[in-house]
Amino acid sequence: MCDQTFMAITFGPCDSCSKASPLMNIYIKSDPINYCSFCMEMMACQALQSGESLATLKSESDSLKKKLEEERAKLHDVELNQVAEKVELVSALSIRTRRVLKGHGNKVLCMDWCKDKRRLVSSSQDGKVIVWDGYTLNKEHAVTMPCTWVMACAYAPSGCAVACGGLDNKCSVYPLSLDKNENLAAKKKSVAMHTNYLSGCSFTNSDMQLLTSSGDGTCALWDVESGQLLQSFHGHTADVLSLNLAPSETGNTFVSGGCDKKANVWDMRSGQNVQSFETHDSDINCVKYYPTGDAFASASDDGTCRLYDLRADREVAVYQKDSIIFGASSVDFSLSGRLLFAGYNDYTINVWDVLKGNRISILFGHENRVSCVKVSPDGTSFASASWDTSLRIWA
Amino acid sequence: MADEPEQKQSVGGGEQEEEEEEEEQEQPEEAEEEEDEDEASEGSVDSAEGSPPMTLAARRALRAMKSLGGSVDPDDDSPNMIVYRKIEDIVMFIQDEEEGVPIRTVKSFMTKIPSVVTGTDIVQWLMKNLDIEDPAEAIHAGGLIASQGYFFPISDHVLSLKDDGTFYRFQAPYFWPSNCWEPENTDYAIYLCKRTMQNKTRLELADYEAENLARLQRAFARKWEFIFMQAEAQVKIDRKKDKTERKILDSQERAFWDVHRPVPGCVNTTEMDIRKCRRMKNPHRVKKSVYGLAEEPTQVQSPVHGPVHNARKGTKEDLEKEIGFLRHQLDRHCMKMSKVAESLISYTEQYMEYDPFLTSPEPSNPWTSDDCTFWDLETSKEPSQQRVKKWGFSLEEALKDPAGQELFLKFLESEFSSENLRFWLAVQDLKQRPLLEVAERTQEIWAEFLAEGAPSTINLDSHSYERTGHNLKDPGRYSYEDAQDHIYKLMKSDSYTRFLRSNAYQDLLITRKKPEAEQGRRTSLEKFTRSVGKSLTGKRLTGLMQSS
Repeated sequence: MCDQTFMAITFGPCDSCSKASPLMNIYIKSDPINYCSFCMEMMACQALQSGESLATLKSESDSLKKKLEEERAKLHDVELNQVAEKVELVSALSIRTRRVLKGHGNKVLCMDWCKDKRRLVSSSQDGKVIVWDGYTLNKEHAVTMPCTWVMACAYAPSGCAVACGGLDNKCSVYPLSLDKNENLAAKKKSVAMHTNYLSGCSFTNSDMQLLTSSGDGTCALWDVESGQLLQSFHGHTADVLSLNLAPSETGNTFVSGGCDKKANVWDMRSGQNVQSFETHDSDINCVKYYPTGDAFASASDDGTCRLYDLRADREVAVYQKDSIIFGASSVDFSLSGRLLFAGYNDYTINVWDVLKGNRISILFGHENRVSCVKVSPDGTSFASASWDTSLRIWA
Repeated sequence: MADEPEQKQSVGGGEQEEEEEEEEQEQPEEAEEEEDEDEASEGSVDSAEGSPPMTLAARRALRAMKSLGGSVDPDDDSPNMIVYRKIEDIVMFIQDEEEGVPIRTVKSFMTKIPSVVTGTDIVQWLMKNLDIEDPAEAIHAGGLIASQGYFFPISDHVLSLKDDGTFYRFQAPYFWPSNCWEPENTDYAIYLCKRTMQNKTRLELADYEAENLARLQRAFARKWEFIFMQAEAQVKIDRKKDKTERKILDSQERAFWDVHRPVPGCVNTTEMDIRKCRRMKNPHRVKKSVYGLAEEPTQVQSPVHGPVHNARKGTKEDLEKEIGFLRHQLDRHCMKMSKVAESLISYTEQYMEYDPFLTSPEPSNPWTSDDCTFWDLETSKEPSQQRVKKWGFSLEEALKDPAGQELFLKFLESEFSSENLRFWLAVQDLKQRPLLEVAERTQEIWAEFLAEGAPSTINLDSHSYERTGHNLKDPGRYSYEDAQDHIYKLMKSDSYTRFLRSNAYQDLLITRKKPEAEQGRRTSLEKFTRSVGKSLTGKRLTGLMQSS
């Protein structure tokens, strides 16, 4: 005999539409739901709809992608290297190491040039950030960060400050004092805050704004003075590893590359992703604009570097070789855009002919992975940072 | 590769079924028993029975096809795995019976050296099959494959490749890095310990190994008895094996430890980029014990292997966003590839003479000559002809150079339109101010350039004017974007072209052939004769005029 009674509301206001009507008593995940029969049916339909619409949306997206690819392919009437056959070959380059900067105790992860064309800042796995005069090999400043793996560093356009960050998830700005005895760490200003490691940072045209990329999948623009977030950029579905500002004086865009194999172009004003490229087979470690800002190059763990043109909205060249097995970590263009310098995890730097697509030379010298390659502001040299704890300047 | 019959690897390794995860820890001696090689075919690799050996390119294509079909382990996506797969393609092909290097047993004095190949053979093979022209490049590439642990010199702890008669042996797949080895110090201790137990010269510890052993003895003082026992057990197992097989296995085991406990001063190739560490999705796949030790209960989970980091799954909103993005892209007007190529080429041609890597800078590149004159000249107020020429490439170039900007401003002043450039510069400056100063600065700019009766009114079309006024209700760094854009286009199409034709610019272009400092006597003489000629001509003209 049943001696338990349940209170069941069989007639009353519906939980959904509040109309008084006969109710259907059901439990969803042990919560009682008292809906009238009409609302019950609506709920069931909506659930069906959302399931359906997810599938229809997916197929719509796929068909749009296909159509986009077809449209772009129509404009692909010739290959860059075919048109470039008429261009003269680059005469043999005699690039050699001209300076070796020793002083870091551990892997050097990042470096950046000062606008004065000879100073540079570098950061390392052991938390040290050093400012050098590359020409004289003098160490001018040294800061020890409270965290290890300082993966990003940048020189301010004025030359009066440096920004750096890494596993601390922050980007901090240190003003460079002329007084050597002053403790730089005391004047540190915390600007950016992310929820994962800082992978890249760059000042915009002034000391007052900082653009950052992070392992949390976002990029962000910050006001240095107040530390305020001015704009955030969402769209990557995995860690963002690199960013680069468009070179134009009037441009307001930048490109980012990440572990989702995508390179995205962003509008700094609106925070919108305006173009996206996905042709790499693995993480994109570095992105760099072509000098005009109409194209950019990327370096990836799939061992290739690629050139994407923004006007054609497509990949226009792939720089690869059978003998290059290890990933490319970093790229930069020479001043005219004819040469592409790429640093690899196989300790070498390859020099590519951007137009013809062939490799011009391979540079040996580093004894461990090359983590960063950057051409100096006037194009007279490029610097490379490596896990072998040294930096080299080549010309 | 599940579709192909298992491939016989070099002696000492187990068959490596790449698709399946190896849950059990294979003991080296178990793997051993599956081998039944005779000396002649040691180290040879059979591809699919009956079918011809695959070329490197074919293997890669097969791998690419498989990844498309989704039959590849997701862990293969991680950056390290991509490299390991490429190396393994090479390593398997290089051991191919027909297309690979000659791996053989070499007779030496009273002994035989089983399953070896010379460095030269490896270098030659790499040059041929990886399309390498320079032997130095092949040596470097081979050296990297060795340092990752895929083959090793039989008489050296240092993992590199030499282009000579030095003997090398291939590593057993059991020890390949793609098995995600992270061997513990206890195993290393067992290994070093067991080597000291056997009375063989080839097993003697190197100095650094002896030091390591001493350090481990101190660190594991409490459980040394356990380690000693394990070492003894391993020695017993090893003794049961055939002499030749032991030689090979011992060398492979040593090479394994050379990767994970490298000689001091050598690169530790197991070091990882910390940004990629989180994505080793499956901590269970990591192999920690070489000698089958049970996992210690106190073992702390590796800090490197965090929780699974999934990419955000596509939600309905994500898809809607993506569709909106794709539609927008479809509407985009794109340029033909031929035009893009021409544009890239013409830019490069124009700037080639300014690229120090392609055209040596005058007088020299400071980095190669240790002479800073070039830098001094570039920043001087008296620009070289080359610098002046660059201002003619685009308005942007002219404005980038402070001297160019100054000259252009002077020119505009002469045309009474300098307010345009001053406005543009003010807006550039506005964008570089700290946030707190922005509101005030926007007001200042309005008052100076746009307000009614402003001292330097710029000529804006009514539409831009309205837009700007509207923007200023909520002043920000980009309030004047439209106006700035409009003014820039105006300067570019109108004033800039006249500037390039102006005397001020043309004179600089012509006379400044060489910087003042380097003007020789000849040029001065030229100037003198020219000036004399001018004055003479002037006199003749006035004479003519007077006579008529």
